[in-house]
Amino acid sequence: MPSSSEDLAETARVRRNWLLSTPALVLLALGAAGPLLIVAVYSFLEAGEYSGVEWRFSLDAWFQILFHRDIFDDTISLADAHLTIFWRSVKLSLLTTIATFIFGFPTAYFIATRAPKQRALWLFLITIPFWTNLLIRTFAIMEVLRNQGILNTLLMKIGLITTPIQILYTDTAVLIGMAYVYLPLMVLPMYAAIDRFDFRLVEAGYDLYASRWQVLRRVILPIVKPGAIAGSILVFVPSLGAYVTPRVLGGGKNMMIGNFIDLQFGQGRNWPLGAALSMVLLVIVGAALLAYVRVSTKENPHG
Amino acid sequence: MTDTIAVEAKSARKTYGQGTEAVTALKDVSVQISKGEFFTLLGPSGCGKTTLLRLIAGFETPTSGEIWLDGKDISADPPNKRPINTVFQSYALFPHLTVAQNIGFGLEMLGRPRKEVAETTAEMLALVRMESLAGRRTAQLSGGQQQRVALARALAPRPKVLLLDEPLSALDLKLRKEMQSELKRLQTETGITFIFVTHDQEEALTMSDRIGVMSAGNILQIGAPRDIYTSPANRFVADFIGETNFIDATVDATGATLSGGQHIDIAPQRIAGRSGKMTLALRPEQLRIVPAGHGLPATLTHSVYFGTDIHCHLALPDGTELVARMQAAADGSAAYTPGTQVGLILPPDAIQLLED
Ligand SMILES: Nc1ncnc2c1ncn2[C@@H]1O[C@H](COP(=O)(O)OP(=O)(O)OP(=O)(O)O)[C@@H](O)[C@H]1O
Ligand SMILES: [Mg+2]
Repeated sequence: MPSSSEDLAETARVRRNWLLSTPALVLLALGAAGPLLIVAVYSFLEAGEYSGVEWRFSLDAWFQILFHRDIFDDTISLADAHLTIFWRSVKLSLLTTIATFIFGFPTAYFIATRAPKQRALWLFLITIPFWTNLLIRTFAIMEVLRNQGILNTLLMKIGLITTPIQILYTDTAVLIGMAYVYLPLMVLPMYAAIDRFDFRLVEAGYDLYASRWQVLRRVILPIVKPGAIAGSILVFVPSLGAYVTPRVLGGGKNMMIGNFIDLQFGQGRNWPLGAALSMVLLVIVGAALLAYVRVSTKENPHG
Repeated sequence: MTDTIAVEAKSARKTYGQGTEAVTALKDVSVQISKGEFFTLLGPSGCGKTTLLRLIAGFETPTSGEIWLDGKDISADPPNKRPINTVFQSYALFPHLTVAQNIGFGLEMLGRPRKEVAETTAEMLALVRMESLAGRRTAQLSGGQQQRVALARALAPRPKVLLLDEPLSALDLKLRKEMQSELKRLQTETGITFIFVTHDQEEALTMSDRIGVMSAGNILQIGAPRDIYTSPANRFVADFIGETNFIDATVDATGATLSGGQHIDIAPQRIAGRSGKMTLALRPEQLRIVPAGHGLPATLTHSVYFGTDIHCHLALPDGTELVARMQAAADGSAAYTPGTQVGLILPPDAIQLLED
């Protein structure tokens, strides 16, 4: 066989590549898979007396995610509080995604249609908040929203309201905060998609009797959809696990999954439940990513 | 008379930019294009052909002047309100739609019933012979196929006028020839007014009912291909359409006197009562080479063999260079040796007089 020496060379090349990537693989295993494995194992153990875990196998944590066992008469009921937190997390994350799209699409469109020289400046302005500490940005939003804050003062000054509206410590505050924090994650992939868009297609649309709205819906949006989906995933996933924003802007009571998990490792003293909740969060995020891959490969079967 | 006019530009002017950067791409152009006509705009790059098309399509509004369609001023109508469609140079097919969806797009936007959209789409697919590729995405098509889809898409809504901006320039020579006859067939079959842009003079001559020759934002001459070729209005048109020999001369009632003092006869209907310094224009195939001693004395500088033709480059005593095109003799012996003294006959009724 004339190709046998080539085959050998190929095998050697493959082996060398594996060897070269060993350090990275080890680091990945220890840094990512390791902690994940610990969390997975913890979720199947019993809670320790004050904190930590007892090394005895138990499904209690998984049971507690959805159900509540009464301490006195052992009756089992649905854990309403948990479901509320799950529902709020998913709802707020979806709303955040929608809000960032509604504000992010025109922003990205605006930037992509500027003169090439100006675009870098606009993109830089969009990313500035990224360089600022999350906690500080969240407190800044708090300053805007609180009863004596900028927004309420302004609305009272111009006479739209007479008493301050309570926005801070509501779901609305969390939504506003998250939409603000994650907006760049929507704008950047949308910008990349619109930048690649061939604007001559818009003229073709008008030429073929489409109205402005039809051109947007039938020509522009379908073509920039991959950017919108990428942006939605980039916003939805961190929103779901958000911790700082709901903590500061939602006060103590409007918890999201992230805060609830934190609670289990702290005051709740229920590490296995915290671990099980983390796994659930991971599964939801995984499902969202899988849906993304499905949609994007179906949309574009030829790469 | 006016009800036979499809499109009319009335002193249409277009200036891009402002102040010192202002570019006037179109300078008060007026033209009437008849219904069912194959009208070609021909001119060098940057002369304003695309600009005129964009004014008619509605992508640009005229700085001054008006665009009329079917006896109505449509200058203020947006493109989606004009029954005019465009075949774009870049095709601009929708990449997210199939061939059939692309073709049906216009009718769908017009709100036609689904059945009619499907029927017309099928009809158009047959017209451009693309039935077998109806379900394909446009990115998977060859250049010629994309061209056909772009045509079918623009024809499907049955526009009153079809605008084509250099639709064939991206195709190779063979495909271009095919598409030229295809376009001509489509135009005859549909009876739609075509306004076609090209900078290829041969394409313009073979396809058009009438040609408008443009230069630097003006239309210099409008006429049938034969008229433009045989009676160009000025030196630019004569030079741009086909090869032309130019000879400076002084014209009087009987003919012209060259700078060397030789006199040539010119047919009275060509002179048409004009006189003074003018340029004589003559096509290379109209010059006849005869043995020295007859006609105008000239020196053969060199000849170029083209298979069917030979182009003989000649010089007059005053240095004027001319080209004569002759059929190559079957035995291939017609090649003259450089330096040969010959005589030139300039047919009196073929000479054009151009005022410059
Ligand atoms: N959007 C624009 N802004 C400024 N100047 C323009 C614009 N479009 C065209 N021009 C200028 O107007 C003039 C005519 O342009 P036009 O595109 O009509 O030429 P054309 O005849 O179609 O040329 P080509 O054969 O190269 O396509 C050119 O000088 C061009 O630079
Ligand atoms: Mg052009």
